[in-house]
Amino acid sequence: MDISLQQVGYLYGKDTPFEKRALHEVNAMIQSGSYTAIVGHTGSGKSTLLMHLNGLLKPSEGVVSVGELDIDRKTKAKKLKETRRRVGIVFQFPEHQLFEETVLKDIMFGPLNYGVPEDEAEKRAYELLELLGLPKDVADQSPFELSGGQMRRVAIAGVLAFNPSILVLDEPTAGLDPRGRHEIMELFHTLHKKENLTTILVTHSMEDAAKYADQVIVMHGGTAVMSGSPEEVFADEKKLQAYRLGVPRTVKFQRDIEKLIGRSLEGIALTEEALAKMIVTAAKGDLSC
Amino acid sequence: MKEILSVNDVSFAYPTENQKKNRKAIDHVSFSINDGEWIAIVGHNGSGKSTLAKLMIGLLFPDEGDIRLFLEEVTEETIWELRSKMGIVFQNPDNQFVGSTVQDDVAFALENKGVPFEEMVKIVHESLELVKMEEFLNHEPHHLSGGQKQRVAIAGALALKPELLIMDEATSMLDPQGRDEVIRIVSSLKESTNLTVISITHDLEEARLADRIIVMNEGKMLFTGTPEEVFAQQEILTSIGLDIPFAMNLSNLIRKNGLALNGEYMTEEELVNELWTSHFNK
Repeated sequence: MDISLQQVGYLYGKDTPFEKRALHEVNAMIQSGSYTAIVGHTGSGKSTLLMHLNGLLKPSEGVVSVGELDIDRKTKAKKLKETRRRVGIVFQFPEHQLFEETVLKDIMFGPLNYGVPEDEAEKRAYELLELLGLPKDVADQSPFELSGGQMRRVAIAGVLAFNPSILVLDEPTAGLDPRGRHEIMELFHTLHKKENLTTILVTHSMEDAAKYADQVIVMHGGTAVMSGSPEEVFADEKKLQAYRLGVPRTVKFQRDIEKLIGRSLEGIALTEEALAKMIVTAAKGDLSC
Repeated sequence: MKEILSVNDVSFAYPTENQKKNRKAIDHVSFSINDGEWIAIVGHNGSGKSTLAKLMIGLLFPDEGDIRLFLEEVTEETIWELRSKMGIVFQNPDNQFVGSTVQDDVAFALENKGVPFEEMVKIVHESLELVKMEEFLNHEPHHLSGGQKQRVAIAGALALKPELLIMDEATSMLDPQGRDEVIRIVSSLKESTNLTVISITHDLEEARLADRIIVMNEGKMLFTGTPEEVFAQQEILTSIGLDIPFAMNLSNLIRKNGLALNGEYMTEEELVNELWTSHFNK
């Protein structure tokens, strides 16, 4: 399911003395099955944009299309409900949204509300526990007795319980330790491929954007200022700096080496593995000549 | 050298509903910290580092052993007096503002202590200068970036002229830029004021700047040493869920791809220089 944004604008507190423009003229295209990273410094509008993707906010101007559904400022609430089924959002610190007595009930809550039969919802919940690498016996435990990392997985299972075809992730690793971060990012990568999802990752981490995304959209001052493959976007360090963003550490390291040896290395290093190979190839090439 | 903090064979377990005690969150931990040291306490989520922080600031009290701050035992009676000698910066910058402007916020604790107005103005200016936020005196705290908010929080702590600054994951909710800002400020404070700093973090890049690192795992102190000593234990660090610094990881990958490197490099700068001298500059 493609998502497209055409001339999207949003005003908080429209027609009040507190009116504040959060988005203007945002144009973007997110293709079905792609993995898109949205980056931008604090206050660039990325969170407001995210809320447009499943109809939590309706655009004040322009149109947001999710598949064949168009959302504009006049769209009725009923139609938005359908959008929310298709687009699952994992908010920051999703474990704060847990509330049920048991893990199983918490995961089943959403689907039951949408009228999914109980046995079907339960079956799906058990599948999700396995998919997220949670032991089966947590199903009957209170979600509040689990560790932070496990709680987060349960909350993510609750979002996946709807079988969304589009998954939106808002800083999903905030507050996790390095191993937890790595596990959660790998989990989403696996889900992305296995469940054939369209994934949209809102992140501060240029490293994650470089490693996982096919497309990067840069937000600044309430609009999309750059978009393209990670190779394209991260090649332009000067432009990114103007938007108060940096390049991934791997690219920065590559530039430092290039400065010293006085020539550019071929390509752009988006992962540490790629960077190591690039350096070794260059060093060996230098020795042989 | 004056002792600032000592933790002596401390154990602690959180009570459960049915009065039974859980697994020990802190299990026979001992260490001490001297005047002017910068200590990083690292560990993954659930390793006990936050519990340790709560014990150090007297939000919890040990089941066994004792904690001494400025040579005096931390108890429910002494904690109020002891807390006035330390500054604490917490994880979430939004949860620690009381003033409606930056200067009001920094002045809050001073007002409570009854510091005369002229002196207060002077201290507020000095404190904000130390964290390079003097231009933001009349800004609303809520309109600042995450890094700026934490710098104001540090200024608020410094205004009380503490002998010890404790940062409890003070950078973990910030974006990379905000994190760098805060780390830079703490480094410069350390240089200019000889403040004792305890920073609780799971960011090993941040821990690298400390004089000494204490590694926590499953409630126990796994080991302690200088950053060089601690990072030499790469396998153990990875096995307990911590990262090694970028430059060290990259060095490993470069070696794996068949290029020799001399020694270990903790910073990108060192590694770039080594690559240049050994491999490119020929």
